[in-house]
Amino acid sequence: MSDDVQQGDDPQDDESQGDTKQRMHVDPYERNWIRISIGFLVFFVIMITIAGLALGIQVPTDEGRVDPNTLDSALPWSEPGLREIVPGEEYEVYIVARRFSFEPREITVPKGAKVTFWATSADVQHGFALEGTNVNMMVIPGQVSKLAATFDVPGEYNFICHEYCGLGHAVMYGTLTVEK
Amino acid sequence: MIEERTTQPTRELNKSEKRFVGYHVIFAVAALSIGIQYGPMQALEHAGLDLYPKLSFLASSYYQGLTLHGVLNALIWTTFFITGFSTLVVIKGLGRALKYPWLNRIGFWMMVVGLLTTAVPILAGKATVLYTFYPPMEASAFFYIGLVLVVVGSWIEGYGMYFTFYAWRKENPGTRSPFLVFAILVNMVMWQIATLGIASEILAIILPSVFGWTSGTDPQLSRTLFWYTGHPLVYFWVLPAYASWYGMLPKQVGGKMFSDSLARLSFWLFLILSVPLGFHHQFADPGVPAAWKFIHALLTFSVAFPSMMTLFTVVASLEYGARKRGGKGLFGWVRALPWSDPSVLWQLLAGILFVFGGIGGIINASYNVNLALHNTAWIPGHFHLTVASAATMTFVAISFWLVPYLTGKPLWKPKLAVIAGWTYFGGMLLFSNAMHVVGLLGAPRRTPLGLAPYIPEEWAGHLWRVGVGGTIMWIGLMLFIVIVFMTAVQRKRLPAGESIEVPIAESLQDPQDTPAWLDRWKPWLIASVVIILLSYGPQLYEQITQVQLTSPGITP
Repeated sequence: MSDDVQQGDDPQDDESQGDTKQRMHVDPYERNWIRISIGFLVFFVIMITIAGLALGIQVPTDEGRVDPNTLDSALPWSEPGLREIVPGEEYEVYIVARRFSFEPREITVPKGAKVTFWATSADVQHGFALEGTNVNMMVIPGQVSKLAATFDVPGEYNFICHEYCGLGHAVMYGTLTVEK
Repeated sequence: MIEERTTQPTRELNKSEKRFVGYHVIFAVAALSIGIQYGPMQALEHAGLDLYPKLSFLASSYYQGLTLHGVLNALIWTTFFITGFSTLVVIKGLGRALKYPWLNRIGFWMMVVGLLTTAVPILAGKATVLYTFYPPMEASAFFYIGLVLVVVGSWIEGYGMYFTFYAWRKENPGTRSPFLVFAILVNMVMWQIATLGIASEILAIILPSVFGWTSGTDPQLSRTLFWYTGHPLVYFWVLPAYASWYGMLPKQVGGKMFSDSLARLSFWLFLILSVPLGFHHQFADPGVPAAWKFIHALLTFSVAFPSMMTLFTVVASLEYGARKRGGKGLFGWVRALPWSDPSVLWQLLAGILFVFGGIGGIINASYNVNLALHNTAWIPGHFHLTVASAATMTFVAISFWLVPYLTGKPLWKPKLAVIAGWTYFGGMLLFSNAMHVVGLLGAPRRTPLGLAPYIPEEWAGHLWRVGVGGTIMWIGLMLFIVIVFMTAVQRKRLPAGESIEVPIAESLQDPQDTPAWLDRWKPWLIASVVIILLSYGPQLYEQITQVQLTSPGITP
């Protein structure tokens, strides 16, 4: 990089001719950097696409709506808790977030279980993040959130409210236990 | 070398113009000086030292303090500083007075009224809703009205700048617009397009519910409108810093701007790409289809591109300046930069931190990777590298020449300003790294972790670093506030015949050689609207037609 990168195309041109210029001057170093930048970004896009399609790591999507004022009057939200779909293998859990607790607060599943988490809120916006997994979603009144995870390692996993929901927000959490 | 054209206007700001810009800086620094008091309180709370009971006159709860910290630092300090700096750039860059100074004044005082209208309910504990104010959590109506006034005030100041530019354009047909003015105007236009989201969220959804005219809000639609504004807001903070790095910093290090045309191209890309990507803040939202999230992930990657171009051009300009100062070697030239100039130093350190901010931003935008960090402490760790480093440190750097320029007084204790820069930088490295790490371990954001019953032992060391880093950052910025305050109130004046220059870098290329399509607004504005309609139109249409106002307001 030095002074000779300077290539004013036509030193004579005056202000009125300036407007006719359409060509843009790009330094060779800069051209290479632009190529590298685009290469990086394309590579990243390919990687997240592979993670989404081949590895099946999905983000929450539109799962329909619910009236937050009448959660108590109809299934499934009137009876939050665990449902066994295939014993020992497949489970669903319906979770209602209310200031400042989750219902149910404690969940127990066997080792190897695939658990689908359904959640909604009865009041303000909450969050739901289950430690050690990719289950991390907003829980919004009027909306139904859904994500799934498989538990191969026995132990206790906390699920934490990660959106400010009021003065008691910091104590809003629950525990999922994976049995041996 | 090319012949140097002396197109640079030599007109300085007159007294009343300087006073007008100065008012912006006063309100900005005042907001910052209150807002940062809550930073170390939050950081030390994480480390296990609860100062809230002892400092209850500052905040009655962690969340009230956090609301003040976010609103005063991220919304008020930035908006006031940016509009003031933009006013200066327009007058100085165009070398002419504002076309309608009264219009800019109306805008400014509207912002002040808005600031007070917002601040009173927060201080009274009637608006502890954090700076995202997600419905159905509800604050006093004054909180929202104040925010709208601040935004509309900034629009009006923007209109004043457009009229001034238009008048200049008529007086100077065929001349390329000065780069800095161009950059500032792009930022203003982008801001006005972007804030339509937050304005419609407040005016159409929140206030009618607060006043009891509707049965409640639709929280999902509110989030979509909020984040339509929320991400471009980050660019509104950062682009003025970019403008300084591109168009002022090269002059300050004794060099020139590397490429006028590529600098303009990157600002045009920011205009058209800053807005249509808000769903990347909503990857974890239930009510947005995954396909739209993916599209916005791609658009977010595309806006990373002009930032990468910025990195190249800024570093190339710095290298050019450093070599002219006698710098040698592949990397050795870095040493030849004027590190002892506080304004240069704070910008160099801001740029270094922002590299990490940019890398983190690409990670956040990576669709499913976001599941590992959404709403964790990683996020505040990240945006302290953008708004609190790239933007804030550059505004501090600008203040170091701006306040002497406006007051005619020399900078008070420049060496202390250098020490303050390294202090803040060191604190930020410690704080931000610890926040990123503890976030990946699962620590939630916006949570007083000292009260949380679920904290595992392994977080403790990182939370301790958060506390120490946050406190060191506070010392750095407090030094800045003392320095600008003392600069303004000291008796000492600049020696007779000496004056402070507004640093405006010349371009290596003659700007007149920049292609004309890089200096025409219409095609880029049309492109901007088209991309927004394509990326937001279908989802907004769906969410609006299916709106359900089923969430009545709840006071926190």
